[in-house]
Amino acid sequence: MMNSSMLLSIVTFVYAFVSVLYIGAWTFKKEIMAKVGLYVLIAGFVGNTLGILLRWIESYQVGYGHAPFSNMYESLVFFSWTVAALYIFVEFKYRERIIGVFATPLIFLAIAYASLSPSIADRITPLIPALKSNWLIAHVITCFLGYAGFAVAFGFSIMYLVKPMDPKADGLAARLPSLGLIDELTHQMVMFGFLFLSIGIITGAVWANSAWGTYWSWDPKETWSLITWLIYATLLHLRMMRGWSGKQIAWVSIVGFMAVLFTYFGVNLLPGLHSYA
Amino acid sequence: MTRKKKKIGSDNKVWLFFTSVKLTVFVLLMLAATSVIGTLIPQNASEAFYHQKYGEVFYALFRGLNIIDMYHSWWFLLLMGLLALNIIVCSIDRLQRTWKIIFPAKVSFNLDRFRAMDTAYRFDVAKEAGAIQKACHSLMERTMGPVTLKETDEGVALFSEKGRWTRLGVYVVHLSILFMLAGAVIGGIWGFKGFVNIVEGEAADTIEARKGQHEHIPLGFSVRCNDFAVSFYDTGQPKEFKSSLTIIDGGKEILTRDIIVNDPLRYRGISFYQSSYGTASANNVHLKYTSKDSGMTYERTLSFNEVLTLPESGGKLVVDRFVNDYPFRGHNLGEGFVGRIISDAGAETDIFISVRFPTFDKMRQGQFAFEVDGFDKQYYTGLQVNKDPGVWYVYLGFLLMIAGCWITFFMSHQTGCIYITRGTGKTCSVMVAGTSHRNPQGMKLKIEKLAEKIKDIK
Repeated sequence: MMNSSMLLSIVTFVYAFVSVLYIGAWTFKKEIMAKVGLYVLIAGFVGNTLGILLRWIESYQVGYGHAPFSNMYESLVFFSWTVAALYIFVEFKYRERIIGVFATPLIFLAIAYASLSPSIADRITPLIPALKSNWLIAHVITCFLGYAGFAVAFGFSIMYLVKPMDPKADGLAARLPSLGLIDELTHQMVMFGFLFLSIGIITGAVWANSAWGTYWSWDPKETWSLITWLIYATLLHLRMMRGWSGKQIAWVSIVGFMAVLFTYFGVNLLPGLHSYA
Repeated sequence: MTRKKKKIGSDNKVWLFFTSVKLTVFVLLMLAATSVIGTLIPQNASEAFYHQKYGEVFYALFRGLNIIDMYHSWWFLLLMGLLALNIIVCSIDRLQRTWKIIFPAKVSFNLDRFRAMDTAYRFDVAKEAGAIQKACHSLMERTMGPVTLKETDEGVALFSEKGRWTRLGVYVVHLSILFMLAGAVIGGIWGFKGFVNIVEGEAADTIEARKGQHEHIPLGFSVRCNDFAVSFYDTGQPKEFKSSLTIIDGGKEILTRDIIVNDPLRYRGISFYQSSYGTASANNVHLKYTSKDSGMTYERTLSFNEVLTLPESGGKLVVDRFVNDYPFRGHNLGEGFVGRIISDAGAETDIFISVRFPTFDKMRQGQFAFEVDGFDKQYYTGLQVNKDPGVWYVYLGFLLMIAGCWITFFMSHQTGCIYITRGTGKTCSVMVAGTSHRNPQGMKLKIEKLAEKIKDIK
């Protein structure tokens, strides 16, 4: 009998294969590999979706009955899902294949960390009273859409910095899409991430107010999500008001993603209300 | 002062300072950077904690700079104030310039501007100009909005625009932040945060403030805890905390409701949240005690100060009190009973009988090892009690923030132009161009799509 952990382990390997295909398409100049990569990615995404749904059903079967967004393992699996969803959307919208080179490995890394790290348990655990709320689903989904936007923006920013400035340059890095397009895509992803991070913080605040009577308590995770928000707000002002673009924006976007990572992982080292996820 | 119509403060140095984006970036980054401090240094902890962890010198420094409560310090609030001022001044300054663009007396289109665009898309179609024009007209009306026609010597230009109002989105975002800050200020001045512990069966009409030492806040009515219950999962993790509360106002019982975490009770603008619980008192402890010598186990239910004469000439036992948290060599052993064994010679030995660790008393190596086999307990419920009249301003700010970001990021003021020039016979040339005050890449794709549709016109 297939369970969700097994299915998600298989998905991990599918995503690994996707990364290999995209990187191969880029290094060997074989468009067909990227084409296959997209279909494999979609297959992995379907598996990922089924894995999450199956886990949801399993939690009812063991009698806990809650959405699969309650611990590190579940959140990482969902993080992969959101990045994959966003990336598939971008590829269909902009019809550029090679842009997955730096984004697809992130999808793989997140789920691989969940599946393979010995410190992350994949056991389904009951929900503590503080998490029993319909706001949990809205809060987690919006926050992770935000993180996904910033993650894909980070992939694009790395791509921008790797690509040589000289349009006549040859070699591996020169085969990447045009700088103008990467820059524009980074910006689109940052805006997407910013909107959803805002909604994520807001749903969290409304939830906190209904659960504890205070919409903001400066707990470390809250504060770090605000720090992340402030960094990306700065990026948007620099771009829209000061005309920053290209390399400058790519660097700010990388710094912003470091803040995202700290909000996600680093804060767990500090005490606070979010110590469970 | 000149009497000419002039922008507010355009020649004022202070005004110019507050309109600069440099200030915005500075304030945003300063807020981000200083916020980090409060996540690394625990906030509002006890004096002893800071002394022990950071030492005398750092503690004095932290206190001087308000770092132990930095999010409410004068300098952090000053940064917030600067941000608010920056937003207000910038918005007034920019609105003066963009007002005419957003609300023009008359919308006009400039064909030459579209023709000069390097993203303009040109192609020929083997159709009659009149038919193409008609088809383009309906296509444009559907995708953008009302169409304006302009005849030239060579042909006809169709213009349309949509989303002019979306230029206001960015002001909505900034207004939302002002609402949130205003809500926080209102809550800070006219609201309070406090807590109260109510023993089952008892009522409270004042609460204790979280801030400031032992400040009591009268509620103006009283709240009674009828009952408290806690349930657990099989794993031992808590599943639900539930209190049954009754509001008594003017001597009358107004309402009775159960509250759980995530589902508070609100009355007259004051909210009661389930936040903690504990055992207020216990009685009638049922003890089991096993003799080391004979291996015999005895049982007895005892109330406080009742003297139990132990068998096998073991002396007497008196249970004095119940404790919630019993400290033992730096560990918290939790609930238990504290008592004394009085030997026949009159010597007293203090003992602790743990609820959680039944074998704890065995370690004492006494004649009898005592364990708790149940007792009657009375809980108290711990309630967080808040009043925040500013929360609705904050929530309005939230709605404006989401709407404003959506408009600013994903909508734009777009203008489109289809210019059809008559060719020879049944052919004509078409140019499609468009502008967008945001997201030029998206507009380029949209223009290409529109061109494809025109090519496909049957």
